[in-house]
Amino acid sequence: MKLLRAILSGDPPRGRVLTMVLLAILLGLALAPWLFPGTASLNVAAKISYFVVLAASYDLLLGYTGIVSFAHTMFFGIGGYGAGLALFNLGPSWSSILVGTAAALVLAVALALIIGLFSLRVRALFFAMITLAVASAFSILASQLSAITGGEDGRTFRLPEALRPGFHLDAGPVALNGRIIAYYLVFLASLILFLAMLRVVNSPFGRVLQAIRENEFRAEALGYRTVVYRSIANCLAAAAATLAGVLSAIWLRYTGPAVTLSFDVMLDVLLMVVIGGMGTLYGAVIGATIFVLAETYLQSLMAIISHATAGLPLVPLVFHPDRWLLWLGVLFVLSVYFFPFGIVGRLARR
Amino acid sequence: MTAPATPAPAARPAPAQRRDVAPLLLVPLLALAALPLIGDLSTWITLTAAGLAMGMIIFIIASGLTLVFGLMDVLNFGHGAFISVGAYAAAVLAPSLSGLTQTDSLVLNIVALLALIALAMAVTGALGYAFERIIIMPVYGQHLKQILVTVGGLIVAEQLIIAVFGPVQIALPLPAAFRGSIVFGDVAIERYRVIAVAVGLVVFAAMLLVLGRTKIGLLIRAGVENGEMVEALGYHIRRLFVGVFIAGSALAGLGGVMWGFYREALTPAMGMDVMVLVFIVVVIGGLGSVGGCFIGALLVAVTANYTGFLAPKLALGSNILLMALILLWRSRGLYPVAKR
Amino acid sequence: MSSDTAPLLTLTGVNTHIGPYHILQGVDFAVPRGSLTMLLGRNGAGKTTTLRTIMGLWHASAGAVRFDGADITAWATPDIAQAGIAYVPENMGIFADLTVRDNLLLAARSGPIDETRLRWIFGLFPALERFWSLAAGVLSGGQKQMLSIARAIIEPRRLFLIDEPTKGLAPAIIANMIEAFRELKKNPDTTILVVEQNFLFAKSLGDAVAVMDNGRVVHAGAMAALAEDRGLQQRLLGLSLDQHQ
Repeated sequence: MKLLRAILSGDPPRGRVLTMVLLAILLGLALAPWLFPGTASLNVAAKISYFVVLAASYDLLLGYTGIVSFAHTMFFGIGGYGAGLALFNLGPSWSSILVGTAAALVLAVALALIIGLFSLRVRALFFAMITLAVASAFSILASQLSAITGGEDGRTFRLPEALRPGFHLDAGPVALNGRIIAYYLVFLASLILFLAMLRVVNSPFGRVLQAIRENEFRAEALGYRTVVYRSIANCLAAAAATLAGVLSAIWLRYTGPAVTLSFDVMLDVLLMVVIGGMGTLYGAVIGATIFVLAETYLQSLMAIISHATAGLPLVPLVFHPDRWLLWLGVLFVLSVYFFPFGIVGRLARR
Repeated sequence: MTAPATPAPAARPAPAQRRDVAPLLLVPLLALAALPLIGDLSTWITLTAAGLAMGMIIFIIASGLTLVFGLMDVLNFGHGAFISVGAYAAAVLAPSLSGLTQTDSLVLNIVALLALIALAMAVTGALGYAFERIIIMPVYGQHLKQILVTVGGLIVAEQLIIAVFGPVQIALPLPAAFRGSIVFGDVAIERYRVIAVAVGLVVFAAMLLVLGRTKIGLLIRAGVENGEMVEALGYHIRRLFVGVFIAGSALAGLGGVMWGFYREALTPAMGMDVMVLVFIVVVIGGLGSVGGCFIGALLVAVTANYTGFLAPKLALGSNILLMALILLWRSRGLYPVAKR
Repeated sequence: MSSDTAPLLTLTGVNTHIGPYHILQGVDFAVPRGSLTMLLGRNGAGKTTTLRTIMGLWHASAGAVRFDGADITAWATPDIAQAGIAYVPENMGIFADLTVRDNLLLAARSGPIDETRLRWIFGLFPALERFWSLAAGVLSGGQKQMLSIARAIIEPRRLFLIDEPTKGLAPAIIANMIEAFRELKKNPDTTILVVEQNFLFAKSLGDAVAVMDNGRVVHAGAMAALAEDRGLQQRLLGLSLDQHQ
């Protein structure tokens, strides 16, 4: 028990229901290849894993420091392109992944630092606009430099041998193929990154961040250099998002603007964090899980409703399977008004 | 003694009127500097005309946003939705006006355009009222929630457009007389660009007139500068703000119609696509400044066109570069509004 | 309506919080009709917050502000202004982008500016006539102060709240201000509450006085009595007249 608390940095989920839900998600992801066999469901599980990291790193900014950035997917993209382009150009080896990841981290942290120093002094709205502009410029840049990035089409690449579907490893009773190994690589790395972020927010540093969010003026008066703290938070979040991008590239064996850099991905992350619950990393877990599940399975449910109401005006239109994002959008707005701590805030009360 | 309404001219020399002209020179200087680089006069004229047309449309869209921000510190990320809604409203009405748009009569075409604009502005103005009441009013003064909730409103609005019109792009053909170019010697200027510049100038002039000559306009300018004092003089700034928000949304609708005709095709995300440019313009101009917004819009569009011709790969990134340069020069934009 | 002898403005037990700070901690005082009341006190005593609370720019968390019998504690600022209270804030609240004329035009809420009254104001502050159509932002500090006061008096109001009218002004302009206030006081229906740091200015104009310290009114009475009692001045304001020319 003590060990578990230490792993969770003394910040276990509050409330029995929340704990059960999180435990179910953890077990579901940990045993996904065995519980839900099949390519499609493994894709869902992997996507949940790295989106948990991406959403949690975004919450580090949004929930813990109250900064709204629209450049977060830019860092996600840097990670994806870093690993992807290294694998594409340097060949499918582990060292390519390392080189690509290291280069991506350096670039991401440097960019985060520049953006932070340039605009974190100013007000939240200004920061939001600047990051939006920078992110869109970056995404355009990535499409324009098609000789390097593959342009709009992106790049498809091969992974190191152990991660390829054709690879088989007979480890006693269970037979592992490369795809399952790749999944566990993504899952375990995501888990470690998540626990690391949990550690950050529960460290003295994390408490200062929260103090700044509650009352910037007061924190400044107490002698904390808020700009410095915010810049560090911005860099940490950027680094974590970069690593999430690396994981996505490893899983998808592809990198391109639509899956990493686009504003739509940014909106998805925003939806995950707010619906799951801002200011608590567990919210990112719930939010990412719900979102990815909704993206995949809500559509089938809505198809049923849409068919059942086929005779009515407008109703089948609104329940059309492609309208799932409409409903998440409504849920998002309602969350901001009525559940500022999202689903986690609701569950933790029980 | 002279009548108070027209007092005697200053007996002593008046304090120097600090007319800040440097930003006014930016667009002409840029245009002049680009001429030798481009080399060819007719190409230069074409590029400049296209830039001005585009800039006017962006100005129409951005002007409402900057006033809404200046007056109540509200930054509406959902503004992009009004652009799309305006364009789609025009696309819905356009077929029933085909009698006016198919003929080659410029007058009838303009009547049709005005009708489409009126409809689009009515729809987006009404939508703006609903948006202000439902989405924005509950979160006044809370910036974080405000950004989130307006982004949420944007998602919902965009999805509703897809629900009604489908995700694929639909055509919005130009009225007959707006097609083609006006040719002087070897210089060709697309007719619609001239129309767009004219509409933009009319909107700008009307705004200057309202803001400079009417009591409502004076109140808006005063409120942007110091809302608290406007309240202390006995005016309800919230009511003023709702009016400005509706007007700003209607302007976005107008911009949407113009932008839709410019592209001759509509997509549900077209509003959000322009918003990045609009935000850059608002930042460059100085948050809350209509004049700065006007210069910023022209500057951004003209720069994008010149770089698009000279160095195509840099074209879309040029705006960020421009913004960075302007902010290095004046960290709060071209015409920062004096705040409290 | 309350009787004519009741004070025009009464504050009872007013508490105001600004964010986490408890600024006013039970302010009690009254402003008699037709008087010029001076509100004195050290920096940070809560004088400006008191004016802002009366004006509804901060809202009292406890206590009551009564204006001519009506409880205006929870009213919105514009409604308080429309009840007949004019306010000149500490920073003067000039609209710098607007001309002198437009500043006054907005202050004249009920319609066009009354010409006789405008001439009277030009008599008090000739600079405003000279710079009539210039942007107010180019005026000097003293001229801005004049414009701010002119804005308050452009139409008849029942109560004037004026925050530090002499702050940062040159002695010659202060003399001009004193003249203007004397002129203003000639109308027996004019009630004025002035926050001041300049004791000489306060002494030469004030009928009544209230002294604040630590968010409370610690002394209230006739200005003349305080002006004569050096010991009291020393104790309440920590000043000796030698420091003030």
